[in-house]
Amino acid sequence: MKKFRKAASVVLAAIMTASMVAGCGSSASQGGGSGETAGSAASEAAGASGDATFKIGVIGPLTGGAAAYGTCVANSAQLAVDEINAAGGVNGYKLELKSEDDELDAQKSVNAYNTLKDWGMQMLLGSVTSACSLAVSEETKADNMFQLTPSGSAKECVQYDNVFRVCFSDPAQGTASAQYIGEHKLASKVGIIYDSSDVYSSGIATNFVAEAANQGFEVVSQEAFTADNNTDFSVQLQKAKDGGAELVFLPIYYKEASLILQQADKMGYKPTFFGCDGLDGILGVENFDASLAEGAMLLTPFAADATDDLTVNFVTKYKDLYGETPNQFGADAYDGVYAIKAALEKGALTPEAGVSGICESLKKTMTEISVDGLTSEGMTWDATGEPNKSPKAVVIKDGAYVSAE
Amino acid sequence: MLSFLTSLVNGLSLGSIYAIIALGYTMVYGIAKMLNFAHGDFIMVGSYVIFIFVSNLGLSPVIAIPVAVVLCLILGVTTERVAYRPLRNAASPLAVLITAIGVSYLLENVALLIFGADTKSFTSVIPWSGITLAGGEIRIQGVTIITIITSVVILLALQFFVHKTREGQAMLAVAQDRSAATLMGIDVNKTISLTFAIGSALAAIAGAFLCSAYPSLTPYTGAMPGIKAFVAAVLGGIGSIPGAMLGGLVLGVIEILARTYISTQLSDAIVFGILVVVLLVKPTGILGKIIQEKV
Repeated sequence: MKKFRKAASVVLAAIMTASMVAGCGSSASQGGGSGETAGSAASEAAGASGDATFKIGVIGPLTGGAAAYGTCVANSAQLAVDEINAAGGVNGYKLELKSEDDELDAQKSVNAYNTLKDWGMQMLLGSVTSACSLAVSEETKADNMFQLTPSGSAKECVQYDNVFRVCFSDPAQGTASAQYIGEHKLASKVGIIYDSSDVYSSGIATNFVAEAANQGFEVVSQEAFTADNNTDFSVQLQKAKDGGAELVFLPIYYKEASLILQQADKMGYKPTFFGCDGLDGILGVENFDASLAEGAMLLTPFAADATDDLTVNFVTKYKDLYGETPNQFGADAYDGVYAIKAALEKGALTPEAGVSGICESLKKTMTEISVDGLTSEGMTWDATGEPNKSPKAVVIKDGAYVSAE
Repeated sequence: MLSFLTSLVNGLSLGSIYAIIALGYTMVYGIAKMLNFAHGDFIMVGSYVIFIFVSNLGLSPVIAIPVAVVLCLILGVTTERVAYRPLRNAASPLAVLITAIGVSYLLENVALLIFGADTKSFTSVIPWSGITLAGGEIRIQGVTIITIITSVVILLALQFFVHKTREGQAMLAVAQDRSAATLMGIDVNKTISLTFAIGSALAAIAGAFLCSAYPSLTPYTGAMPGIKAFVAAVLGGIGSIPGAMLGGLVLGVIEILARTYISTQLSDAIVFGILVVVLLVKPTGILGKIIQEKV
């Protein structure tokens, strides 16, 4: 037994040494076509300006409960990168992209960040969700790495000056939802069901309630659930019903929302459901009876059925490549890559500037650019990292998202 | 009063699901004296099997449920044979407990690999929408009624099986004293395999009801209900078959009442707080018996 252990440890040590050598070898030859997960276009044509490329890392939930967001972000970012590379790259350099999974777990998000740093990441597009993005921002702050979160909407996500975001902040979503409901007189009595264990959901709920007072409608019930208790909503729905709510505001993700819609239907309760971007994806739940979501509204900056050239181009390409309709998270990521491109061009940067050099330059140039993207025209950023853009409401009709205007 | 009745009905509806899961949990614990933490994941496997047969292949639940029961039964017996039996006589009883947690993660991740992380909406296997009382103010869902009836039937069948049949008597003997049972000519391995077969088959049935009541299916669907059902089994007296049923119903009602009258956020804290109090006052649970160690 002892002998066997000794032999095994020698073998293991040999394997480890070999893999380290191999690791060094591959990093030395990177840019010469070895980035296996990077876009095919990116690695093949890397010769434009020597071997150097801009390396962008993506972190998001590629598996787990929010995989619909993470995979769409990774795919859309890849789409944007391939487009940019096909058009000649940025400042003569190609972009290279690599995606890592965080399974919607803040700790795993930091692990993913470290993996990407080992790969040589110079800018981070991520993480996709608020809690993960927040955790990673502590690391990017320490490393002075430029971070652009496509959809981390919690207020604190952009608390550091090296972090920007593409989506609305939670306060903005909560306030905008309340304003929309008030302006369009959708209801006079409103119930809220939110996830108190999620910073995204509770952030929106707080600001929604605060703005409701100014909009002339009454919040009759404000009931929470937690991540450990997210299958039975009979009590929360009953309280909204007893309070006479004509509209139930759901600042939550689509998984729980799909259950809420089904349980409300079983109760015989039919209010208007109104959600934020987290509700985007509800029609993609396999086997879900879309008729239950009929008439539900959500505030989102992106509608896949819009007819402007940019959206049509993006949606068509995405469907061809991945066989699905992209959601708003993907649109945020696509815009994010173009924002990075614009800011890099503004600062006339090269990959040689290094992580910190790129970050210092982008902090300044991000506030000077204006991007016409999928999620808004003429998006601009201020030094706090918040975007300036205008939200749109969509309503679900006949199993599809339709602009509510 | 009306709102109290509504809450009570909602509580029974939730509790009946806990009860049917807890029956399988307590069965395995009572006989094999091990906590099968993968029980919740057997439920998930059963649910996916039913989902594939009903939603993807368009077959009737009448065919799908027996298939799921058989597959879960095979899974349960195999798991016991491969993962638990070799560790049954390990130096520490923790070894098999940790293995059960490992099996649980294995099943979740295999499901993640096969079915993906996307939420699937489960088609209820019980098309009956239920009855309304008090002029339509109170609705009792069909799935609640059927779940309660089914769990009572299972309860009675298990009681009959354990106390009246030869195999059941063998189980009781194994539960009481394993080595003495061996000396009496009882095949302990076979008896424990049979226990796992029954427990896993019950998991498949529980899966059908769980996903009919809360129709969202992911690889993690079984995990939390599994833990809650474990709490229900402990509350009722782990190892006691009627205790599991009672514990499940009590837990469901307490949970919903706590949510209605105290706080929707604190309901879990209250439920577990009550568990602590019950265990302090009566460590064996509501219906548990004190088993004296004989020297």
